[in-house]
Amino acid sequence: MRQLLWAVVGLGTLAAVNAVLPRLINPYVAQVVILCGINVILAVSLNLVNGFTGQFSIGHAGFMALGAYGSAMFSMHVGTRWVATLAALGLTVQVAEGLALLVALALGGLLAALAGYLVGLPSLRLRGDYLAIVTLGFGEIIRVLILNVDAVGAARGLPGIPAWVDFFWVGVGVAAVILLARHLAASTHGRALFAIRDDEVAAEALGVDTTSYKVLAFVLGAFFAGIAGGLFAHYLSYLNPNSFTFIKSIEVIAMVVLGGMGSISGSVLAAIILTLLPEVLRPVKDYRMVIYSLMLIVLMITRPGGLLGSREVSLAWLLKRLRPAREQA
Amino acid sequence: MSAPILALEQVTMQFGGLKAVADLDLTIAEGELVGLIGPNGAGKTTVFNVITGVYAPTGGELRFMGRSIRGLRPHAIAHRGVSRTFQNIRLFGSRCCRDNVSIAAHHHATATLLDAVVRNRRFERDERALREQADALLEFFGLSAWAETIAGELPYGQQRRLEIARALAGRPRLLLLDEPAAGLNPQESDALMHLIVEIRRRFEVTILLIEHDMRVVMGICERIAVLDYGVKIAEGTPDQIRTDPKVIEAYLGEEVHADLGAGG
Repeated sequence: MRQLLWAVVGLGTLAAVNAVLPRLINPYVAQVVILCGINVILAVSLNLVNGFTGQFSIGHAGFMALGAYGSAMFSMHVGTRWVATLAALGLTVQVAEGLALLVALALGGLLAALAGYLVGLPSLRLRGDYLAIVTLGFGEIIRVLILNVDAVGAARGLPGIPAWVDFFWVGVGVAAVILLARHLAASTHGRALFAIRDDEVAAEALGVDTTSYKVLAFVLGAFFAGIAGGLFAHYLSYLNPNSFTFIKSIEVIAMVVLGGMGSISGSVLAAIILTLLPEVLRPVKDYRMVIYSLMLIVLMITRPGGLLGSREVSLAWLLKRLRPAREQA
Repeated sequence: MSAPILALEQVTMQFGGLKAVADLDLTIAEGELVGLIGPNGAGKTTVFNVITGVYAPTGGELRFMGRSIRGLRPHAIAHRGVSRTFQNIRLFGSRCCRDNVSIAAHHHATATLLDAVVRNRRFERDERALREQADALLEFFGLSAWAETIAGELPYGQQRRLEIARALAGRPRLLLLDEPAAGLNPQESDALMHLIVEIRRRFEVTILLIEHDMRVVMGICERIAVLDYGVKIAEGTPDQIRTDPKVIEAYLGEEVHADLGAGG
């Protein structure tokens, strides 16, 4: 019951923000905020694989691409017709689009999850560098496939995707992935993932089915990467295979590592910082990426465990930190 | 003798040309406390790895509570009721002590991933049960004060104890302890001896113990099997083992006569 209440309150807040925010900020800032949200989903979902379970995957852009193209194809060929039908039946256009978008995102997520399952299988045999190479190969295969399939626009890209995504939907996606990750971390299933990361041999000997859990981590991570891809597609309304290169995967890994392996709030924070940084650095033009890289290097030297290490920042944690400080003052 | 809980029949473990364990027969009765000793490299830990499924034996048969466990994956064998500690401590270093113990009770939890995500009653009930069990175990091992401490930050002696606590969390019928006294000082290993005997009584568990500390092995084991180069060279009560010429030979080399020096 309480969860339901929270969900209603949360969705209401999001809807309110969604109605007000576009009037307060210019379209450029709005786009940056949306991209922050999408990157948060990507970083937290990759954290499930790399941070929680300790399986080094560098093919996250591939899962994102599958979700993006999968959901876009659905929306363009089926979703828009559904919207017309639903609207004719008397639903408001906004609600009809929302429903179609939900189905599109779910399908994109499931397509990515299926791929995650297939990529997760080799992770049972491979470790470390070898697994990284397999996931890298997977990501590239997806990109090259898209590049060569005419039905999805090939190198020209895929225009004309309905632009159904706004702050509300990105907010829902962010909330969903954070909620899942947090609740997972505090459950016996999450502890099993951490156990695999810390010592796979011991985990297996103590009854953790390491095989299923590694696959589970891949499937969950891929699903939300697919959701992020779907949101991305329906926000920009245009897709290009160049958005899903190896560099994109590395960007997401940088967020996870910078935030702290296994720390959800760390991933959120780092995703926002690393999305904003290149934007903030626009005035320095040519030196932008140089400074961006330098800042990454400095951060990693000064905080090798990531911004937050494996800690979590929560309201309760902040209050606990602030209270003694106030008492001293 | 009651029915055997564990029976190894002609178990062989061959790595390439090396027979780490050769035609080993070993039977352990329910409730027994058995020692497995032998010089370094005798194959003791390999025997543990075969019993727990880390290696599938290249020959022979393994039965646990009457059923074959040969070829099962380690977690499946753990679910049947075999648990272990490791020679070189293998805790979940980044998790707190309570989590370390809870993880090993993992297969007794019934909440699915979905239950955990929506945090329904089944999930809450599971978590409460896991937590209570973990706290009870930590208390038994005198680790209550460290429940929230990261396992990797514990002092060495406590890490050893935590590993045993963790091994008991899955409510095993058979507990394999791999050199639990390694690195402990004499007082600590005295305490460990009492602890092992108390564990058997309290948790009604059968124990197979690898140990180099002869005081510990001779002090608490009812029966001892001796391995050398993967072959069982002796088996019997501590008194029988102490005086067995083959055992003395394996440990000290061929008996050297005192008159050697007198001649020179």
